[in-house]
Formats: sequence, structure tokens, C-alpha cells
Amino acid sequence: MNAPTYNFAYLDEQTKRMIRRAILKAIAIPGYQVPFASREMPMPYGWGTGGVQVTAAILGPEDVLKVIDQGSDDTTNAISIRKFFGKTAGVATTTATSDATVIQTRHRIPEAALHGGQILVYQVPIPEPLRFLEPRETETRRMHALGEYGLMHVKLYEDIARFGHIATAYAYPVKVNARYVMDPSPTPKFDNPKMDNCPALQLFGAGREKRIYAIPPHTNVVSLDFEDHPFTRYRFDAPCALCGADDSYLDEIVTDDKGSRMFVCSDTDYCESRQLAGHRGSESAAPHKERAHG
Amino acid sequence: MTTVAELPAGFADKVLSAQSTFRSVMDAMARPGTVQRITAVAGTPAAMMRGTAAFALTLFDHDTPIWLDERMSETSEVTKWLKFHTSAPVIADSAVSSFALIGHPRELASLDRFAFGSNEYPDRSTTLILQVESLTQGPAIGLRGPGIDGQAILQAMIQPPDLFERLEVNVSLFPRGIDVVLVHDDAIVAIPRTTRLVPRGG
Repeated sequence: MNAPTYNFAYLDEQTKRMIRRAILKAIAIPGYQVPFASREMPMPYGWGTGGVQVTAAILGPEDVLKVIDQGSDDTTNAISIRKFFGKTAGVATTTATSDATVIQTRHRIPEAALHGGQILVYQVPIPEPLRFLEPRETETRRMHALGEYGLMHVKLYEDIARFGHIATAYAYPVKVNARYVMDPSPTPKFDNPKMDNCPALQLFGAGREKRIYAIPPHTNVVSLDFEDHPFTRYRFDAPCALCGADDSYLDEIVTDDKGSRMFVCSDTDYCESRQLAGHRGSESAAPHKERAHG
Repeated sequence: MTTVAELPAGFADKVLSAQSTFRSVMDAMARPGTVQRITAVAGTPAAMMRGTAAFALTLFDHDTPIWLDERMSETSEVTKWLKFHTSAPVIADSAVSSFALIGHPRELASLDRFAFGSNEYPDRSTTLILQVESLTQGPAIGLRGPGIDGQAILQAMIQPPDLFERLEVNVSLFPRGIDVVLVHDDAIVAIPRTTRLVPRGG
């Protein structure tokens, strides 16, 4: 019996050509959402079908793939997608950020600085930054055409009026190459500055919404703000409990039902490589347990 | 009449050749001014360079109307080759073409002939593929824009000589505009609509 085989990287060649053409346009018009004929993938919408299609269209046999989900290489979503491409494309996979040539990500940008040989592929749920302000596609499209983004500033202003600061903590809107306002996908705003002048190519795929967009390397990406309320990053005021890092984005983990919690790096590869290098945090195993701040 | 057996072949390995060619094109588009190489081998009609042929086999299909300049349509070979290998329709109206193949760029028609896209859909534009004399030797051209860290220097012999002046239309029309891919033999350089010429001495 013949084992069922798929085309290299699952997608058929016509679909890849269509996605590849969309990627080229997306790179040529940074931040503009290029419509594409998104296919059904063997996973539900919301599990990264857009990112998977972009990855499938660019991936080659020499690539080394890393997949992260909220910074972690070890969640179901990340493992499934890594295995999917291991099986359908036979590519090497890794969890080390620096070894990867293609990194597919859900909701984080790795802590380690990316380099020019890498491509970061984002999974995007809702690519239209104006969607919750204006539900009609015809209108948001016209707003992008005219560069009319006053509504977004009103939204940020309403944050300030209500909370005293810009309370948007994730999917924080950015302006790409001083033209298009773009949704960076639901990454924490902590990651926004990493998109600016990044040496790696950044591609965004939204499967259900059928859009692809991109930020070329070394492109100006500015988080929207006001002169008197400048953009600020946010991170919990604590070192990582496992590696002691005080510069990484942290996850809050509830450890019992009495209010105890610990903060650990969201980027598991960053945390593990720091621990391997001898860094310790307050919850690290002995003999370094007594060192509270690594 | 040309039979299929007389047409130059396509890629030997369609899937992986298209993939490696696309990555070269994507790298070129993401890093304007850098010279990328096409490694995939394919049969090539006489009017086409290797890079042009590989680009066509990688990105053309029935969804992409193609416009050919006089050099490319001198004989029917290119049209037949494109139809057989890619099923792309070859059309006479350049204003609705997805790609335009320019074999004789010195005679490049006015850019107005091609599609710039609309403000709502700037992606519905024509991508020009220009076969040029050299992408490694010639006068230095300074470029800046997204994808370029500071300034990129391209040494090239490009026709038409006023190509970059003509592409200045991309400045005022943005996000509408024309993306250009320069090809010489197996070398390609992309000039997307965001790329700007650095003034001499600037």
C-alpha cells in the first residue's frame, strides 16, 4: 500500500504561487494588508492557519524552523506546527532562536536579537487595526487609502481620558514606514520596539481574514502615541524566578490558591539558555536557591 | 508550427526549484539593491535570460495576465513557452497585466501604460521585469528605503538610462506604484516602489 504523501510543505504549487505573489506585494508596500485566497488547513482557524500558509510558501529543505506560542516552544500549538512541517517538508526544527532561519510565532517576538538571515512569520487573528473602531471593510479600506487614522488616535486618547494612560497593552498599533497603521498581531506592547529597524524580514499571515502583510528589514516602525503621553513598554517589576533576567517579558504564574505567584520569562529558549549559562533566579533549584536575584 | 517537444524545458524539479527561486526573489524584494542569484536551472527561450525564465516559472499562472514587449514577442516562442509551462494568458493591454516582461528596456514604454493599482488596492499593480546589461558592473547607484540599512550601492548598467527618474512617480503616487525586478543572466535585483535614489553627493 502506498503511504499518503503530500506535496512539499503540504500546500499545492498553485496555492504557493498565489501566496508568494501576495508576499512580494506585501514587502513592496510595507504595512498594507494584501488580500489572498486563504486555504483550509488541517487545523482550525485561530490555530495559526495564516502563519502556517506563509511558512509553507517560503520554506525550503535547507531551512531550520522554530515555532513559538506566547514565547514558548513547548505548547500544543507550537509542537503541532513544528511536527506538521517536520512531517510535510522534512525540515530541521529547533528551539534555539539563533539557529532558526524561519521562526513562526504566535503573540511574541523572541528576546534574542534577530539577524538578517532570519524570517519571522506572525500568526495574526485580526489584521485590521481599525476593525473594532469601524466594522465595515469598505470604510477601513478607504481610511487606509487616505491615510486617515484620526479614529485610532481618538481611541488611544479615550484610554488616557478613562485610565490616565494608554491602557492598550497588546496589539498596540504601529505606523510602518510613516504610512500604514498596522496591527502587530496580539504581541505585548513590550515587543513593539523590536519591530523597528529589525534586521530580519517580518511576515504576517491572517488565515481566517485572508490577509498577508509585511515589514521589510530595516524599516521604520513607530508605536502610535502622543507627545505628552509617549509610548512606554510594560513589564512586571520583577526578575525572572528561574533565570533572574530583568530585561525579558514575564509571564505571571499562579502557584497556589493563596495568592502566591511567580514570574518567569515568557520566552522559554531565552530563559533556558540563560540558565545554561549559569544564571539563577529565586525559584531555581539548589545550590543557588539562596540567591534571590540571580 | 512548434510542437511541445521543441519548446525549451521548464524546471527539472518544479517544487524545489520554484521554492529556491522564490526565496531569491523575496530576498531581493526585501533587500532592494542587493544582487540575488537564481540557482534553479530551466530551459530558456532565446529572448529570455535565465533569471527571467525562472521568475516566470515560479510566479506566473492562469491568474496573472502577462504583457510582453516587442523583443519578447518578436517570435511566438516566448508566448508558447509561457502558455505551455505556466498557462498564463499573454495579453495586449499592458494596463491590466500583473507582470510585464521587458526584453529590450531601452525602448521601455511610458510607465503610464502599466497598472499602478488603486489607493484602496495598491497591490493590483504591474510588476516590471527588465532584462539589463549588467548588475555587477557599471555606474554606482545609491539607494535608500525600507529593506536597506542606511544606503545600498548598486553597480549596474541599466536601460533605460532615466529609469530611476521615471520611477520617481512612485514617490507621489505611493501607495500606488510600480515594482521593478532587474534581471541579468542569473542575477536579480528588485526595486520596489518604496526604494528611493540617493542624490549624488548626498
